[in-house]
Amino acid sequence: MHNFEYREPDTLEEVLALLGELGEEAKIVAGGTALVIMLNQRLLVPSHLISLRKLRDIDQIESSDGTLQLGALATLRAVETSPLVKEQSPVLAETYAQVATLRIRNMATVGGSLAHADPNQDPPVTLMALDARVGLASANGSREVALDEFFIDYYETVVRPDELVTRVMVPRAAPHTGSAYLKFLPRTSEDYATVGVAARVSLEPDSGVCQDCRLVLGGVGATPLRARDAEDLLKGQKSTPELLEAVAAAARQLTDPVGDSRGSAQYKRAMTGVFVGRAIDQAWERALA
Amino acid sequence: MASEKTMTRTIRLRVNGKEHSLDVPSRRLLVDCLRYDLGLTGTKEGCSVGVCGACTVLMDGQPISSCLALAVFADGKEIVTVEGIAREGKLDRVQQSFIDHGGFQCGSCTPGMVVTARALLDANPNPSQDEIKEWMLGNLCRCTGYYQIIESIQGAAGEASDA
Repeated sequence: MHNFEYREPDTLEEVLALLGELGEEAKIVAGGTALVIMLNQRLLVPSHLISLRKLRDIDQIESSDGTLQLGALATLRAVETSPLVKEQSPVLAETYAQVATLRIRNMATVGGSLAHADPNQDPPVTLMALDARVGLASANGSREVALDEFFIDYYETVVRPDELVTRVMVPRAAPHTGSAYLKFLPRTSEDYATVGVAARVSLEPDSGVCQDCRLVLGGVGATPLRARDAEDLLKGQKSTPELLEAVAAAARQLTDPVGDSRGSAQYKRAMTGVFVGRAIDQAWERALA
Repeated sequence: MASEKTMTRTIRLRVNGKEHSLDVPSRRLLVDCLRYDLGLTGTKEGCSVGVCGACTVLMDGQPISSCLALAVFADGKEIVTVEGIAREGKLDRVQQSFIDHGGFQCGSCTPGMVVTARALLDANPNPSQDEIKEWMLGNLCRCTGYYQIIESIQGAAGEASDA
């Protein structure tokens, strides 16, 4: 690994000022689980690391007016085990619990996982299905971005070099809504998914038809993919095997997977269809419960 | 360009109950700091990408991969390595149970297994077999001694730590 200057400011204001000054020369580090590997493999050679590890108060998990707020420095383990998250958004706790291993979840952070933008990760898929928004701050102000406009390409996001992810907001689900995240792991349980699928289904209580839905695919494209065509097929309908096959076909169309040790491109596409059907089934059942 | 001086940090950490103050290059990995700066070679480096679990240590009581942590992350922290599990020359229950149940063959994964298992029993003194599997799934053993490892942890469960 090359050497670099390690800065560890005590306040968010100092972090943002440093980022403004150093821009692309610097990399932010929080848990380090992704960044340290990239440094070790010399994929990144920043002159400075700006550590968030001495910051206080941006690791909180709280709820205001029904919106769940995850501080960027909350660890994945903290989200997974948070009673508030389990109560307000069980699918989110289930998703974070499926990331890698306990050791990674003890170190990796909510904000770091989004900024890293590896399309094989689990949390962005579920967060996107839940209409999450990302809070960004810079020395010049702050803004919010919908997560489905956040990712650009492999490891690329809309976050500017002077900006920091500070929090993630997850709105309260409508009544009669169910959500599911299914991770297909044909190899070992700490692996990245061959495909991950998040589904959210809101039902019209009297008719039982799907009023609104989200369907997001992970690991089968350059970013998490929101399957809007598939969502449109589901809206206003009741779940039937024929409909689910059409929805699965629309979702498969959207994928652009890379073949690797987790499966060939063709296999990943086929499994996307299978897991879309299962995720919608599970979300639908939960919406009825 | 930053100078050598600005690329070195002084860190203060407590390792196995002992305070240390060290000057480390910013790029120093925690696993290298433990092994080479402090001579604690019980912690092994396996895969170097956080997958295998051989380099597991406890940071403030929680298992982490010391190959994914910079030494500077340990500033102000409490680290426990396998050398800190036994106390006053007496093996911890987890260690004795690994011996009693044949929980290792070549031993490379054992330091990581032992500290991870100790953290499990500290958090959950009576884990079910499923809870043991879930907690330990990130610690790989290439000698495929998993059943004996599970039995070792079950054998150490249900009783207070000697620590």
